[in-house]
Amino acid sequence: MSAGASRESSGLRRSLLALYLFFTLLPIYWLLNMSLKTNQEILGTFSLWPEALNLHAYLRILTDPSWYMGYVNSLTYVFMNMTISILVALPAAYAFSRFRFIGDKHLFFWLLTNLMAPPAVFLLPYFQLYYSVGLFDTHIAVALAHCLFNIPLAVWILEGFMSSVPKEVDETAYIDGYSFPAFFVKIFIPMIRSGIGVTLFFLFMFSWVELLLARILTATEAQPIGAIMTRTSTASGVDWATLSAAGILTIVPGLLVVYFVRNHIAKGFALGRT
Amino acid sequence: MSLVLEGVSRSVEGVPYLDNINLVCERGEFNVLLGLTRAGKTTLMRVMAGLEPLNAGRVLEDGVDVSKVSVRKRSLGMVYQQFINYPAMSVYENIASPLRLERLPKADIDRRVRDEAARLGIDHLLDRLPSELSGGQQQRCAMARALVRDAKLILLDEPLVNLDYKLREGLRSELRALFADRDTVVVYATTEPEEALILGGKTAVLHEGRLLQHGPTAEVYRNPVNTTVTQVFADPPMNLMQARIEDGQFYVDGREGIELPPHLSHLATGHYTLGLRPHHLFASDRGQGSVSLVGEVEVAEVAGSVTYIHLDVNHRDWVVLERGVHTVHPGARFEVHFHRRHLYVFDQQDRLVASPDSELGQ
Repeated sequence: MSAGASRESSGLRRSLLALYLFFTLLPIYWLLNMSLKTNQEILGTFSLWPEALNLHAYLRILTDPSWYMGYVNSLTYVFMNMTISILVALPAAYAFSRFRFIGDKHLFFWLLTNLMAPPAVFLLPYFQLYYSVGLFDTHIAVALAHCLFNIPLAVWILEGFMSSVPKEVDETAYIDGYSFPAFFVKIFIPMIRSGIGVTLFFLFMFSWVELLLARILTATEAQPIGAIMTRTSTASGVDWATLSAAGILTIVPGLLVVYFVRNHIAKGFALGRT
Repeated sequence: MSLVLEGVSRSVEGVPYLDNINLVCERGEFNVLLGLTRAGKTTLMRVMAGLEPLNAGRVLEDGVDVSKVSVRKRSLGMVYQQFINYPAMSVYENIASPLRLERLPKADIDRRVRDEAARLGIDHLLDRLPSELSGGQQQRCAMARALVRDAKLILLDEPLVNLDYKLREGLRSELRALFADRDTVVVYATTEPEEALILGGKTAVLHEGRLLQHGPTAEVYRNPVNTTVTQVFADPPMNLMQARIEDGQFYVDGREGIELPPHLSHLATGHYTLGLRPHHLFASDRGQGSVSLVGEVEVAEVAGSVTYIHLDVNHRDWVVLERGVHTVHPGARFEVHFHRRHLYVFDQQDRLVASPDSELGQ
């Protein structure tokens, strides 16, 4: 292939990439665009950017407790879930990676199958169960329900990272005199910290975007932002600007998390299996 | 301290790894565990360390049964074939970690860490992380951590295998000096006979989970108890042939009777296995008292200043070690010469009955 042809093909590649990015980012831009307009402008005219920057929608969300508590609720149960999941998954993954016990492979597979069932399947039992034990409309209810898919996911990711650590490291630590907890915290966890980072990222992501369980298991006290966003359609019509602003603000935590773990993401998708 | 293994057996899911091992290692001794891969060397070391449970037998340290004592409570250091360090800790912290767990005073720890690092030549790397070191330096760090405790038992499981040739030689030559003045039992596993000979001390030959021979290295080399030891503890292995001894003569396939050399003259009539080391075989006639056999060249490997010529002699694979670079063609007829005084003899029960260096049975 001549130099000219290769330049041509790289030009083609670039324009395809640009086209792809344009289409994927367009809705996000449009969301941002709408969030900065007034409702009249959104409905009345077609404009590529706001006539005047209008931060009214953001102000409303950040000052009205019935709005911003949605974010607080969501973040609360997401972080609760991340904590529970990682604390449960670390020892479980260690057991799967280090010990052979009866039915270990089946149990591991069964854990993974939990990821395949749609949350809707578990909706009714969860609702009935939580209602009867008084967990309904609490943050912990959602956090526990999300463990259904997050713990198997965390065990699966962590198991890969742990298995790439040679078991001789464990033995050397015991020979040196470390107790199991001391070894686990001081030596083992630092060795798989990028795995833990990646796991936390996935836990956050799945818990943050899950709406069905979060919505059904809460009423007012622990309502997630996703559920609150549905309230914007009122008798006087849809509050487009506020809805868009809420959407933008919902993307922000995800962006922040991605920013912090960006260096580990590629490793994470390999799941430690090299 | 002394380490005694009494009738130690270990099998996993019906596969025997160790079969009735009896072994005594005294303090200050350098013991080489020699065996091919899968001979049970690593399992034996893990048993000594307490990392592997026993199916039968006992492990005694200074007369005390430690078979059930947790590895955390024992005083030992272990170096693996892989470079095992704690990647999140600096070299200094790596070496200091066993001392910190013993809750020694800070100044004491500092002095011992720096001493040990200096002896292993990594004292200028103490602030680095293990991942920033070369393979040889990583293994030195692992070794320093195993040694710094002044443990009663030091286990080295093929520690040089993953190093390249130059680094291996360098570290190996330091090893003896490192252990020379330590009052500890050292056990060093290797597959290479040459390594056992260089490191000296005592050698225990393992094969398929059984201990064949344990004794001073030179003694084991000179008087291998059976033909299996000659195959494990020699590289290339000893050349063997069947022979019949009768009336002061021995008979080999394709040869008339040959007069027995003095060190074999006591042997009774019967069938035996004769052994000759590859460097005791020559391509040219060696004059008085030399005997020749004819073989067919299979392949010739030139290794630096020597050539290994693989022969088929009476349907047995033989290796001749010749100085210098020789060109021989596969399929060619090849006459090998040897002196009768170099013969090893094993009886039909596969026991050594005569060797060039000793007058067994006399």
